[in-house]
Amino acid sequence: MTTLLTIIVLIFILVAIWQMVKIFDLAQAKNENSQVASDKDNRMNGYLMMCFLAFIYIITIVSFIKWGDLPLLSNSASEHGSRIDNLMIVSLVLIFTVQIITQFLLHYFAYKYKGEKGKKALFFADNNKLEFIWTIIPVIVLAGLIIYGLSTWINIMGVDESDDPIVIELYAQQFNWTARYAGEDNTLGKANVRLIDIGRANILGIDESDSYGQDDVITKELHLPVGKPVLFKMRSQDVLHSAYMPHFRAQMNCVPGMITQFGFTPTVTTADMRQNPDIVDKVANINRIRVAESETLVAKGEEALSPYEFDYLLLCNKICGKSHYNMQMKIVVETQEEYDAWMKEQKTFKNSLN
Amino acid sequence: MSAHEDNHAHEAHDDHGHHHKETFVTKYIFSQDHKMIAKQYLITGTIMGVIGVLMSMMFRMQIAWPEQPNVLFEALLGKWAPEGVMDADIYLALVTIHGTIMVFFVLTAGLSGTFSNLLIPLQIGARDMASGFLNMVSYWLFFLSSVIMLTSLFVEAGPAAAGWTIYPPLSALPMAQGGSGMGMTLWLVSMAIFIASSLLGSLNYIVTVINLRTKGMSMTRLPLTIWAFFITAVIGVISFPVLLSAALLLIMDRSFGTSFFLSDIFIQGEVLHYQGGSPVLFEHLFWFLGHPEVYIVILPAMGLVSEIMAANSRKPIFGYRAMIASILAIAFLSTIVWGHHMFVSGMNPFLGSVFTFTTLLIAIPSAVKAFNWITTLWKGNLQMNPAMLFSIGFVSTFITGGLTGIILGDSALDINVHDTYFVVAHFHLVMGISALYGMFAGIYHWYPKMFGKMLNKNLGYIHFWITAVCAYGVFFPMHFIGMAGLPRRYYTNTNFPLFDDLANVNVVITVFALIGGVVQIIYLYNFFSSIFFGKKATQNPWKSTTLEWTTPVEHIHGNWPGDIPHVYRWAYDYSKPGHDVDFIPQNIPLKEGEEELQH
Repeated sequence: MTTLLTIIVLIFILVAIWQMVKIFDLAQAKNENSQVASDKDNRMNGYLMMCFLAFIYIITIVSFIKWGDLPLLSNSASEHGSRIDNLMIVSLVLIFTVQIITQFLLHYFAYKYKGEKGKKALFFADNNKLEFIWTIIPVIVLAGLIIYGLSTWINIMGVDESDDPIVIELYAQQFNWTARYAGEDNTLGKANVRLIDIGRANILGIDESDSYGQDDVITKELHLPVGKPVLFKMRSQDVLHSAYMPHFRAQMNCVPGMITQFGFTPTVTTADMRQNPDIVDKVANINRIRVAESETLVAKGEEALSPYEFDYLLLCNKICGKSHYNMQMKIVVETQEEYDAWMKEQKTFKNSLN
Repeated sequence: MSAHEDNHAHEAHDDHGHHHKETFVTKYIFSQDHKMIAKQYLITGTIMGVIGVLMSMMFRMQIAWPEQPNVLFEALLGKWAPEGVMDADIYLALVTIHGTIMVFFVLTAGLSGTFSNLLIPLQIGARDMASGFLNMVSYWLFFLSSVIMLTSLFVEAGPAAAGWTIYPPLSALPMAQGGSGMGMTLWLVSMAIFIASSLLGSLNYIVTVINLRTKGMSMTRLPLTIWAFFITAVIGVISFPVLLSAALLLIMDRSFGTSFFLSDIFIQGEVLHYQGGSPVLFEHLFWFLGHPEVYIVILPAMGLVSEIMAANSRKPIFGYRAMIASILAIAFLSTIVWGHHMFVSGMNPFLGSVFTFTTLLIAIPSAVKAFNWITTLWKGNLQMNPAMLFSIGFVSTFITGGLTGIILGDSALDINVHDTYFVVAHFHLVMGISALYGMFAGIYHWYPKMFGKMLNKNLGYIHFWITAVCAYGVFFPMHFIGMAGLPRRYYTNTNFPLFDDLANVNVVITVFALIGGVVQIIYLYNFFSSIFFGKKATQNPWKSTTLEWTTPVEHIHGNWPGDIPHVYRWAYDYSKPGHDVDFIPQNIPLKEGEEELQH
C-alpha cells in the first residue's frame, strides 16, 4: 500500500513539475523571437558566465577552508609519506594555478565577447608561435613532474633488503584481515589455501612441515615498532582486496594466487599521533559530531555512539562483496619495548594448532 | 578520385531507392536511414540515461543518510529494501549498473551512436552510411543488449554487483556475491552483444568516412566532428575486441571450469579447483579497453564542442591542424596508458613507471585542445545559444576534471588516492559530466536537423545553469573527501568514526545530486514536447557552414533532393574578411582571387 501511495505521489510530483515547465514554455510562446539567442540572451548569459566563474572560485575557497585540512597533509606517519605529501602539494599548487587562470580566461572571454548584432568576429585561424608556446610549456612542466614523480615512486617501491625489514604477511578474506609475523627467523613459512585446515585452526594454510613456519605468529591486530622498516607480503584467499593504510600513504592489492608486497617505515607512534595538535582538533571535531548524533539516537531510544579515539587503520579498498564497507584492522605503532612485550604474549603457529 | 566514383555508385543506388513506398515498420522501426537510426540511438540512450541517473540518486541518498528508511527505496527496490532500508548488496548493484549504463549505454552508444550516425553522412556529403543494413543491425543489437541489461535487474539473486570493472574472482564466483550468479551472466551476455553492435557501428563509420566523402571534401576539409567520430571508431575497433575476449574468457571461467583469471581460492569453507590463472591478467585486458573507452566517450564530445564553439563564436576554430594532431596524439597515447589503473594491482613497479610516463604525456595534447578552445572564444561574437553554453561548460569541467588526472596519473600519488572518492570526482568531471555536456550541446545544436523543430531556448538556459551549478556542487567537494582517504563503493561509512567529519560533505553532495537529477525533467520536457509542439526550424538556424545545413528541413531518403553538393573550402570560414556575410558554407566556391586558408 505504501509502495503504491509513494509511486502515486511521485508521479504527481513529476506531473506537477512537468506542468509548471509547460506553463513557462507556453508563456514564452507569445514571444515572437525564434529560438536563437538574441542580443539580450547573449548579454544575460555573458553576465551569468562571470557569476559562474565567481561560483567556481567560491566553491574552491570554501572547500579548502572547510575541508582542506581533512586530507591530513603533512601528518603522514611513514618515512616515505612526507615525500608523497610534498609531491602532492607541488602538484596541487600547480593544478590550482592552472585552474584559476584557465577558468578565468574561459569565462571572462565568454563574458567579454558576448555577441551583438552587427559586430564582426576576428578571423583568427592559426598562429604557430602561440601554439608552439602552449605545447612547449606543458612539455617542460610535465617533464619536471614526471621526473619528480618517478624518482619518488622508485624510492617508495624499491625494497632494500639490506635494511633488514620485519616481514609481515597481510592476509585478506571476505571480510576481515589477518596478520602473520615471520617470527624470529624473519622468514614466512610456505603457505597455500589448499592447506587450510579449519579444524586444526590452520586458518592461513601454512605448510606445517615447513620449519620456517613454526615460529610464525598470527594476529588480528597489526602492531609495528616505530622506526623499523616493515615489508608487507599481501595474500588473499578468495577475491581481490586492497590493503589501504591512508595514514602511512600505503596501498597494495591482495590478489588470490599471487603474493604482492609493499614496504614502509612507520615514524610516529599511535600515542604520539594522538598528541598531534591537528589530530587532537580532528578527534575533538569528530566527537562533537558523535555527541550530537548520539542525542538524536538516544531520543529515538537507541544506543549512544561511543567516543572516538584516534587509531591507525587498515581498510579494504577494493570492492570485495557485501561487507566490503566494514573490513578493517587496527594498526598500533609503538616503541620497540612495547612491541617486544606484545609479541611475547602471542602464540607461535606451532603452539596455536589444535 | 575513388571516393568520387563510389559516391556516384551510391547515388544511383539511392535514386532507385526513392521509389520504394515505406511502411511504418521500415520507416520507424527497422529503418536503414542513418537519420532515423541516430534518433533511435538517442531515444534509447535517453531512456537508459534516465535509469542510470535515477540509480545514482538512490545510492547517493544511502550515502548521505545511511540505512535510513526511505519510502522511495521501498517502492522502487522492493525486496532489496526491507522496511525501506537499502540492502548492502543492492547498493553495490546500483553502483555497478549505474557505471555500466552511463559509460556504455549512454555515453558510448547514446553519444557516439547518435551523432556519428546523424552527422557523418550529412557532413561529408553522402547519401547514407556505407551499409545501411549493418547500421540497422548495429542499432538493434544495441537495443537487445539494453533489454538484457535491464532484464538483469530483475533476477532472483540480484544484478551484477562487482563494480562496472567486474574484476574476478568477485565477478566469477557466485558464492562470493549474490550478483555474481545469473545477474553477472546476463551482464556478460549483454556486453558481448553491445560490443558486437559497437564494432559494426565503428566499421561502418570508418568505411563511410574513408570512401563516401563528396567531391572536394578532402580529409583536411573535414569538420572536426567527423575527425573525432572517425578516430573514435578506430579506437573502438582496436580496443573493444579485447574486452570481448576478456568477457568470453570470464564466461569460460564461470561456466566451464577454466582458470584464466582464477587461482588458489578458498571460499565458504572449501578449496576451489582453479589453478594458475591471474586476476591481474583480467585487469590488463579490461583496461586495454577500459582506458581507450574514456576517449571513445570524450572524443566525440570534443568534436561536437569544437564545431559548436566555432559556429557560435562566428570564428574559425583556432588551430584546426593542431586540433586534428591532438586528436591523433590522444588516440595513440590512449592505447598505451591502461596500466595507470593498476599501479597498486601488484603489477611490476617498473611497468608503473612506464605507464606514469605515457599517462602524463596525454596532458600535452589535452592542454593544446583546451587552449585552442579558449582562443576560439577570444575576440569572437559569441552567440549564447544553449548549445554554446554547454560547450563552454564542457571546457570548464574538462579542465577541472582533467587537471586532477595529473595527480592520479602519477603513480607515487596514486598510491594514496587510488580507489578513493578523489578518483570518482576526477572521472565524473572529466569524462562523465564533460561528455554529457558534449551530448547536450550536440542535442541542442542539431535538434533542428533531427526533428525539424527548435528546442525552447529559455528552458535550455535554465537547464544549463542549474545543471552546471549542481555538477560542480557534487563533484568539487568530492575531491576533498577522497584526499581524506574515504574509499569508494562503501555502503556506509558509519563503521569508521575516522570519517565522521565527512558525513556533512556527503549530505551537501547528495543534495546537489538530487537537485541536478530532478532538473533534467526540464530537459526531458523540452526534448519530447518540442518534437510535437516546437517552433518549426529554418534550414540553417545557427548560420553554420557545414553541409548538413544545406539539406532540406524535412528528412528525405538520400539527404539531398538533387545532386550532392561539392565542397570548395574548409568548414570554418566564419567572419572571413572580404565577405559580407559572417559565414560561408563549404559548398560555396571560392570567389575570384579568394585564397583558401593554408590551415
